[in-house]
Amino acid sequence: MTALPTTVSRKPVRWGGIALHLGCLAALLVMLYPLAWLLATSLKPAVEVIASLDLLPSRLEWSNYSTALDGVNDVSIWRLLTNSLLIAGGAVLGNVISCSLAAYAFARLRFRFRGPLFAFMIATIMLPHHAVLIPQYIIFNQLGLVNTYWPLILPKFLATEAFFVFLIVQFMRGLPRELEEAARIDGCGPFRSFFQVVLPLTRPALITTAIFTFIWTWNDFFTQLIYLFDPDKFTLTLALRSFVDASSTSAFGPMFAMSVIALLPIVLFFLAFQRLLVEGMASSGLKG
Amino acid sequence: MTTTTIPTKAQPATAAVPKRRPRRERQGPAWVFLSPWVLGATVLTLLPMAVSLYLSFTDYDLFNPPRWVGLRNYVQMFTEDPRYWRSVVTTVTYVVIAVPLQLALALVVALALKSMKRGKGFYRSAFYAPSLLGASMSIALVWRAIFNDGGTVDNLFGTGGWVNKPGWALLAVALLTVWQFGAPMVIFLAGLQQIPGELYEAAAVDGAGKWRQFLSVTVPMLSPVLFFNLVLQTIQAFQVFTPAFALSAGKGGPADSTLVYTHYLYDRGFVASHMGYASAMAWVLLIVIGAVTAVLFRTSRSWVFYASEGDR
Repeated sequence: MTALPTTVSRKPVRWGGIALHLGCLAALLVMLYPLAWLLATSLKPAVEVIASLDLLPSRLEWSNYSTALDGVNDVSIWRLLTNSLLIAGGAVLGNVISCSLAAYAFARLRFRFRGPLFAFMIATIMLPHHAVLIPQYIIFNQLGLVNTYWPLILPKFLATEAFFVFLIVQFMRGLPRELEEAARIDGCGPFRSFFQVVLPLTRPALITTAIFTFIWTWNDFFTQLIYLFDPDKFTLTLALRSFVDASSTSAFGPMFAMSVIALLPIVLFFLAFQRLLVEGMASSGLKG
Repeated sequence: MTTTTIPTKAQPATAAVPKRRPRRERQGPAWVFLSPWVLGATVLTLLPMAVSLYLSFTDYDLFNPPRWVGLRNYVQMFTEDPRYWRSVVTTVTYVVIAVPLQLALALVVALALKSMKRGKGFYRSAFYAPSLLGASMSIALVWRAIFNDGGTVDNLFGTGGWVNKPGWALLAVALLTVWQFGAPMVIFLAGLQQIPGELYEAAAVDGAGKWRQFLSVTVPMLSPVLFFNLVLQTIQAFQVFTPAFALSAGKGGPADSTLVYTHYLYDRGFVASHMGYASAMAWVLLIVIGAVTAVLFRTSRSWVFYASEGDR
């Protein structure tokens, strides 16, 4: 009650603030609607998916999830999950190793043509994937590696995702040089200095790289569509797609239950690392 | 005094010059660090680009050796293939709808959040989340259901399902992109927060109102970030695949109205096994994206303001 006079005097400012919050909340509700819809539909009995206009299911149909766990095309969901994890894990490992190595050279070491090579590396960030897609496919086809996970993982070990090289370069440039100079005076060569001084300090950028790589690989569809044929080797993304092709509406509940399962790792990563992810994205734009 | 200091000063100076020479860093270690990248850049980027340029002048089905056909693929593409032009028009329409809408929404939300004192971090994360989820097959399936006959949009507006209407299906695809406005929004917000507060104070002292401050301080100071977002989103939008593919259940329908460029490329190359034709399509895409980027850079000179050049 005693606070009343101050709120009155500040009224114009606070009304603006309240309106802003209301606006943001309304926008948020619209934006989150598809997610709420997904969650609700994954628990709806088959008849309600199409016929009912209510967002909420009349009763929770958990059997959608047990059907989803059986998987698609006689491949269990555990197999699909393992496949997805294997590819995403391999990609994370590859990107973190290869991109940090290249980034260190670009950020700290001297070599001939450093300027032009750096410019070329930046240019490849903008390069549409399709310009290299078909020959890459032919190479992997000649090597007999189509319908294996190699085409999806191997390129990551060769630092082909220049965006992450750039991200780590930017981060390393911000580190104080004094530490490395001290290490050099103590007799550390570039290798020890990289592994023992620079790499530990680069951890935030490496984590950002790891999480973005995981999420992008997990969501990836195009490369998997091209390279993987056996339902046995399918990932969750590919399995979901074949669910659609066989879409009788009775399969809707299980299909969306599977969609929820497929989104779960991303949601968990987002909740755990949201600050790093948002800031990683924010910093990517500032030096453009 | 002066005569003695000169030689002592000169001595270490002359000694330091030859000493620094052998200390120059060797290049060997740098190339060791670079070797994965160099291998990737040559074998998986440069070589494939050259090969796909070569293949674009051939007829190649993956099994028989490529047969040189000169400009045949390009001629066919530009003069005899209505589906090709259909995919070009579809993609350009998509870019022109999705990119400005997405960036405008991102900018508006960033401006709203900028002055917010409480809850900024929460909203920033919440609005960003769709950018991580939106590329997934799961969300594409949700989108297809919501915009299908009997879906939420149909019930709300009584328009029928958009995904089955030629004029509307592409709009549903574009809206899925607009939904992911969080990534450019976060970049805008970071850019807004870097604008020094003194500029606004100075403008206020000079009698500038909010709107004037926005036009004369915010817009020029934010223009480099706006430019970055515009280039990035445009390049990405030209390569759209998954949402268009998934919303039409892999068919590009109805009546090819969501058959985007990359989908048709996939169709020609990987479904119909015309790798030469698909390579030609890929090179045209590369050239178009390069040209659009170049045009954006060219126009940027007249509207992008770089503080470091203008001030000093």
